[in-house]
Amino acid sequence: MNVIHSTPFTDAVSARGLTKSFGATRVLTGIDLAVPTGTLVALLGPNGSGKTTTVRILTTLLAPDAGTATVGGHDVIREGVAVRRVIGLTSQQATVDGLLTGRENLELFAGLYHLGGRQARRRAEELLERFDLAAAANRRVGTYSGGMRRRLDLAASMVSAPRILFLDEPTTGLDPRSRAELWSVIRELLASGTTILLTTQYLEEADQLADRVVVINGGRVVADDSPAALKRQVGAERLVLRLSRAEDAPRAGAALGTPVDADAAQLTLAVQGPDHLRHTLDALHRAGVAVEHVALRTPTLDDVFFELTAAAA
Amino acid sequence: MSGVLTSAGDLRRLVVRDLRRELRVLDSLIINIAMPVIIMVLFVYVFGGAITTGSSGLAYIEFVAPAVLLMSGGYGAALTAVNIADDMTGGMIDRFRTLPIGGWVVPAGHVVASVVRNVAACGFALAAAVILGYRPDATLAGWALVLGLVAAYVLAMSSLAVLWGLLVRSTQAAGAFSFVVLFLPYLSDGVVPAETMPGVLRDFAYNQPITPIVATLRALLLGEPVGSSGVVAVVWLAGVVLVSVPVAAVLFRRRTSA
Repeated sequence: MNVIHSTPFTDAVSARGLTKSFGATRVLTGIDLAVPTGTLVALLGPNGSGKTTTVRILTTLLAPDAGTATVGGHDVIREGVAVRRVIGLTSQQATVDGLLTGRENLELFAGLYHLGGRQARRRAEELLERFDLAAAANRRVGTYSGGMRRRLDLAASMVSAPRILFLDEPTTGLDPRSRAELWSVIRELLASGTTILLTTQYLEEADQLADRVVVINGGRVVADDSPAALKRQVGAERLVLRLSRAEDAPRAGAALGTPVDADAAQLTLAVQGPDHLRHTLDALHRAGVAVEHVALRTPTLDDVFFELTAAAA
Repeated sequence: MSGVLTSAGDLRRLVVRDLRRELRVLDSLIINIAMPVIIMVLFVYVFGGAITTGSSGLAYIEFVAPAVLLMSGGYGAALTAVNIADDMTGGMIDRFRTLPIGGWVVPAGHVVASVVRNVAACGFALAAAVILGYRPDATLAGWALVLGLVAAYVLAMSSLAVLWGLLVRSTQAAGAFSFVVLFLPYLSDGVVPAETMPGVLRDFAYNQPITPIVATLRALLLGEPVGSSGVVAVVWLAGVVLVSVPVAAVLFRRRTSA
């Protein structure tokens, strides 16, 4: 039978037209989203773009004003209990008890998932090992570092071995090393078959982890693509040029074929690889534009939004 | 039936969590153990010499001990508002809400733990009184009634505290409730005889719940007949519980509904 399946069950998470307002503030203005089973989708956006609101709707903590969403094949509005049975959530705020030890926290949650006493202890032990917290198991969580606390939060979300995991800015505020450690934990979860929706403000994080990146801004999706395609669109590197004379700016713009602000001594443009860089500098040289300073930097979230909103305009 | 057992298990786990937390915070240990003893000593030695017990003819320690019990238990019970506000304003409530448990076990866990802690606090206050020379003369049934009444008082104040903790949006504001509960006994017949108060205060003292509760505890502890104050006390406490529990339930549902 050559039937092409387009069943919703191939997507572990799927949302259509989600809107939400708090009072007069429109937080979501129509979010469409799909997370294929077994993949990691990153929801990338700045503060206040609606990432957390989207996650709260998908995890049944908040009802949308309009739109529909299914998680694990269950409707988030009508089948909240069934949704909760298949998901784990790590939210931005601490969702573990700082006065209890790591082990006590995990045993408490295992108990509340109705594992028996011995089973709960074993599950807690497993998770402490897996998330590299065994050495700190009997210390109060209040004494943990930021990275350890996030790992415990993640472990707590995995107590019931959920098929679908929601991670709301799991690495915000962490130092680079803790971030890298958490990334490797997330990769392991993904490799073991967990479907993950992760929100982040960091383009690099989305690039490192995600199969697909959904960029949201102002409560709507502005891009939904693979990290590679997104980076192609945004440009791999940013070239920052400071001109010796600001009045050369229009000439530099003409030589490079990009519009620039007149009298702007500093230009920022996307470059695609070494050849493009050389051509750019050659072009300026031929046009007689003196460059005082050259720098290359990786694109930031700001560049992504600038690029995407410029493309839309 | 298994649903009931499961909920009871969930409740027990949350009560254990709460008691563990309390044992680890110095403030709570002070509130639950040191403060009852200090208040008792303060009243008996500092104020006791200057206060006459009026027409009751009791020694001051016999007069004031029940009010000190209520202050000791009530203050800790009122801090239940802080515990629930902590859960509601932090991320804990999100974690609990994604668990397969009835939402009501979260506030109920705080209330049950509060009853355990604060009845113990009353025990410390009573032990201090005995060391200071108080000699209760209650019957076994009388002791059972004292325990029941103190537990009911703590239960009522804890339920009211949960309601308050759900109403306010910060843990600081939640803490304010404890002052109300701590001061109420001063404006009753518990600390000084209400007959010595000016008109308006006297009327308030005679008609607020602390006065009949204190009178009942005093009579039970001294092995004397309780009279009508017992019924009035029970009606007050039952009233507070019957009003605050459903209102708190509605508030909790509203704060946690999607």
